[in-house]
Amino acid sequence: MSFEIRVAKRLGETDIAIDLNAGAGATVLFGPSGVGKTSVLNMVAGLLRPDAGRIVVGGRMLFGDGVNVPVERRRAGYVFQDARLFPHKRVAANLTYGAAAGADVAAVTGFLGIGHLLDRWPRSLSGGEAQRVAIGRALLSNPRFLLLDEPLTSLDRARRAEVMQAIEHIRDVLMLPILMVTHDPEEAERIGTRIVRM
Amino acid sequence: MLSAEEWTVILLSLKVGGVAMAATLPIAFALAWLLARVRFPGRVLVDAIVHLPLVVPPVVTGWALLLAFGPAGPIGEPLQRWFGVSVLFRWSGAAIAAGVMALPLMVRAMRLSIEAVDRRLENAARTLGAGPWRVFWTLTLPLSVPGILAGAVLGFARSIGEFGATITFVSNVPGETRTLPLAIYSVLQQPDGDAMAMRLSAIAVALSLAALVASELLARRAGRGLHVL
Repeated sequence: MSFEIRVAKRLGETDIAIDLNAGAGATVLFGPSGVGKTSVLNMVAGLLRPDAGRIVVGGRMLFGDGVNVPVERRRAGYVFQDARLFPHKRVAANLTYGAAAGADVAAVTGFLGIGHLLDRWPRSLSGGEAQRVAIGRALLSNPRFLLLDEPLTSLDRARRAEVMQAIEHIRDVLMLPILMVTHDPEEAERIGTRIVRM
Repeated sequence: MLSAEEWTVILLSLKVGGVAMAATLPIAFALAWLLARVRFPGRVLVDAIVHLPLVVPPVVTGWALLLAFGPAGPIGEPLQRWFGVSVLFRWSGAAIAAGVMALPLMVRAMRLSIEAVDRRLENAARTLGAGPWRVFWTLTLPLSVPGILAGAVLGFARSIGEFGATITFVSNVPGETRTLPLAIYSVLQQPDGDAMAMRLSAIAVALSLAALVASELLARRAGRGLHVL
């Protein structure tokens, strides 16, 4: 199993509960805003602590039974809805922030089509460029799995196609397990190997 | 233009202000970080104590320093015994007084800028494998640099203007503790001191104005999300 997630969390007035066993490929969490989809990603990444439950990814226990692996050791490639590029670092430095020495930057920038952006500052990028840099940065940190939080919402149609292709490449060629959140049915259909409604 | 005596006063003021600012900088940053980021019992009290020099009469702060650093004081006695050092009537004492008085202003500016650092960026860095120290050195610190510089400039200006605590703590010794405000005060006591008071005051105003403008520009830079580094 790629993802075994059974967690419960109360955030304010909202009760978030999910019980999910997903195999390889891309698992899409689909549902309206406000049901706690992003909170599930945050719990898998370690940014939010579940009240109860367990999280196992690729056979490795990340949370539960007294285990709570710190964020920086979970090796989650997290692509946030707002790219969250570091504003004081150029694209190249953003990409290699989490990369080990000898990481193949050229291969990643190649398939994402961002090789020409390396000297730019994040504030000069378009939404689609920033999102692809964020995906590249996550991939170069050598993750064991990817968490994608509505990676396409802020983009226009042409940019969406570019980023969608990049995600399909990660799913089919790099074979990284993906957990993705979306509220767009078309996106869910196209990317999801399976769809989990929340 | 300026007499040798006036130059002595100005250079001494710059030395006292510079040393006070540099020595207070790391302390102010540590306090600002603590107040901005850590929830601990007694936080409100620490916040209040840091701000005390801003509201207590400076002469009281000066007297408290005199008691602490005096020959029998809790800091002065060990300083004398272990290092044979006394800061009384010395420029180093003037720098201590200036630093204490500047601390609240520096902490305020730095704290605002640390609070303005986007925690979501820090979370992103953690998912990329960065531990707490790396997050601090690569994100928190560089992103709060404008506020640190604004605080430093403000602290420097405040140090140069320090009067009450300084004259109470280390007295008014020409060439040692007689900084700009003390020199202005001294010449005003003399019947023919008006011209010199005027010149020194003009310099004090110019220095303060330059510092305030610099600090404001740096703070705006921070507010716009632009970064010095």
